Amino acid sequence: MSFSNIDAFAAPPLWRNGPSPGAFYNFPNMQSKTSGFVEHSQSPVTTATSIVALTFKNGVIIAGDLLGSYGSLARFRNCPRILKINDNIILGAGGDYGDYQYVKDLIEQKIIDEECLDDGFNLKPKSLQCWLTRIMYNRRSRFDPFWNNFVVGGLQDGVPYLATVDKLGTAYEDKAICTGYGTHLALPIIRDTLQKNPNLSEEEARALVVKCMEVLFYRDAHSYPKYQIGVVTEAGVKIEGLVDVNQKWDLAHMIH
Amino acid sequence: MAMVSSESTPYFPDYGTTAPRTHHFRPYAENGGSVVAIAGNDFVVIGADTRLSAGFSIYTREQTKLFPLSKTTVLGCSGCWCDTLTLTRILSARMQMYEQEHNKIMSTPAAAQMLSTMLYYKRFFPYYIANILVGLDTDGKGCVFSYDPIGHCEKSTYRAGGSAGALLQPLLDNQIGLKNMLNVKDDPISLERALAILKDVFISAAERDIFTGDSIDINIITKDGVKKDSFELRKD
Amino acid sequence: MSSIGTGYDLSASQFSPDGRVFQVEYAVKAVENSGTVIGLKGKDGVVFAVEKLVTSKLYEAGANRRVFTIDKHVGMAVCGLIADARQIVDVARREAANYRSQYGVSIPLKYLNDRVSMYMHAYTLYSAVRPYGCSVILSSYDLTDGPSMYLIDPSGVSYGYHGCAVGKAKQSAKTEIEKLKLTNMSTRDLVKEAAKIIYLVHDELKDKNFELELSWVCEETQGRHERVPDNVFVEAEKCAKQAMEADSDSDTEDM
Repeated sequence: MSFSNIDAFAAPPLWRNGPSPGAFYNFPNMQSKTSGFVEHSQSPVTTATSIVALTFKNGVIIAGDLLGSYGSLARFRNCPRILKINDNIILGAGGDYGDYQYVKDLIEQKIIDEECLDDGFNLKPKSLQCWLTRIMYNRRSRFDPFWNNFVVGGLQDGVPYLATVDKLGTAYEDKAICTGYGTHLALPIIRDTLQKNPNLSEEEARALVVKCMEVLFYRDAHSYPKYQIGVVTEAGVKIEGLVDVNQKWDLAHMIH
Repeated sequence: MAMVSSESTPYFPDYGTTAPRTHHFRPYAENGGSVVAIAGNDFVVIGADTRLSAGFSIYTREQTKLFPLSKTTVLGCSGCWCDTLTLTRILSARMQMYEQEHNKIMSTPAAAQMLSTMLYYKRFFPYYIANILVGLDTDGKGCVFSYDPIGHCEKSTYRAGGSAGALLQPLLDNQIGLKNMLNVKDDPISLERALAILKDVFISAAERDIFTGDSIDINIITKDGVKKDSFELRKD
Repeated sequence: MSSIGTGYDLSASQFSPDGRVFQVEYAVKAVENSGTVIGLKGKDGVVFAVEKLVTSKLYEAGANRRVFTIDKHVGMAVCGLIADARQIVDVARREAANYRSQYGVSIPLKYLNDRVSMYMHAYTLYSAVRPYGCSVILSSYDLTDGPSMYLIDPSGVSYGYHGCAVGKAKQSAKTEIEKLKLTNMSTRDLVKEAAKIIYLVHDELKDKNFELELSWVCEETQGRHERVPDNVFVEAEKCAKQAMEADSDSDTEDM
């Protein structure tokens, strides 16, 4: 039972939806439950926005910005969410940042367990993705979901592999995957480019991702001009630190 | 600045924020997709579109929804995709366990019964899937089993299910069932005609149902095994 | 052992009149039957060397490992009953994982050693269980605290060491280790010395075949516990064999 429960003997709140005298402070408008049921996460708290990802000729590229939004407040401005799993896999995450950090710890322990086995075998992206699907489905079945979208990229026996899982456990592979607003703003651009040229080089893919992040920054209110790019190729994983959106506002004063 | 509201407690508009919108968590998603199966005397064909979507978003255009369970049994699923992934994974594990325990491969009617049981086991938190299971029975005759999400199972010779199921079933009733017609010869359907009808009905479904499209995966099951085919649909 | 049996050796929960717990001492015997394991702590890392006795030619090379990684930064070399040891390895791994999930940082070796030795000690207290028939050596290298190494006995006793040896030839191995100036030595040198000692103390008459296992956790590996790389292993083994030959040459000269 949480301490915010209102019981019959407590003084009425100071104002509607406000705190009651002597009680712990509540966020305005937040409903406090009086039932004795276990509370499950019904909504995300600190959220990260879109992930943009696509496969190219010999690898996979994933990008995500650094913003952790608190509702409509741009609260945390250094929330990296492109993760190197091993030399073969990268992970991008959107949605609740706390849930992401928890799942990240689970994955990292899993990687340590695998290293301890010392059998010369490394986790492959497909296995990680399948495992994540089970984790997510399991939590949704308990009505206590991890409020995330995960994008797994890597090389499956040398072949570029890209797949995603959402909070329900819905999972699929594709050549281009975006989450959040990226689905509406970035994915059409990527699909269009891939249709014209299905075999992008790493440079072309990177340029495309940079373009998408630019578009997202201009139109997605929950985006941020600093972001990370993760690339996985035969040569291994590299996570590029702060990339800046190339902003152009000199036209702004001409628009009324 | 207290404003007098209808209640006696003061109301301060400054404190009324548009707090982070609370989403209600729904464990199910409708990911669309249609499945059509037609059985003949010595074959059965099953087709499913490859579009995976949620509302107006297309997740991917190339998601097969046909799952081979054995050499003569194929399951087609549409509905909640996360449930489909889970169910089919458990099913293939159960098929393997059966094979290792009994030293033989499960027959299609047995798999059909098992699926029904598995669905009913989740009666109070169902797998939200329209399942159509096809295969050859022990006599080599094509058969189609269709299910509701909680395990009701019905054997038939043709069935349409999924997002365009209600659209296509009457069409199949007319073309294959030859329902409500006078003076028609009820010859057993040929494989060629079954395939032609299958493609035609999917073209029609893609016209009218936004959750069906992109292309169809077709599995043709005969005594020689499963033959795979595909066919392009409109992508809008 | 002076008073073998006499009824006080049937349970780990009973002392003998002269204040000993025979079950624990028998467990130590089990360790003494096993191939020698040594651990050397130098100025910038810890090295393990194991004389893994190969009792059958039918075993695959590299099978039945005796050196384990517990966490990224912790190594464990085991001596005694391998099945018992594997359970200790598992317990140690769980402790390390649990600490990491609680505190988000790697477990300090001192703390891990406490936990594992307490666990082993618990198995010397009750009549329903038998003590673990193995000794384990834990090692770690921390960039700020430097190297550390602990040896845990079946009794649950544990000490930190600069150099330690357990198993068949622990006495002669200890004598050899004492000749080294451990605190000044680099890990690379330690690897060679460790290999030399294992070759030296191996009893060719009693145990024909053995496999050398070498692992390290040091500055060079950025504090990760790893099996030594192939080239280092080959060189250390070559060095050890040369030392053996030189040794036997001088023996013949003496005669």
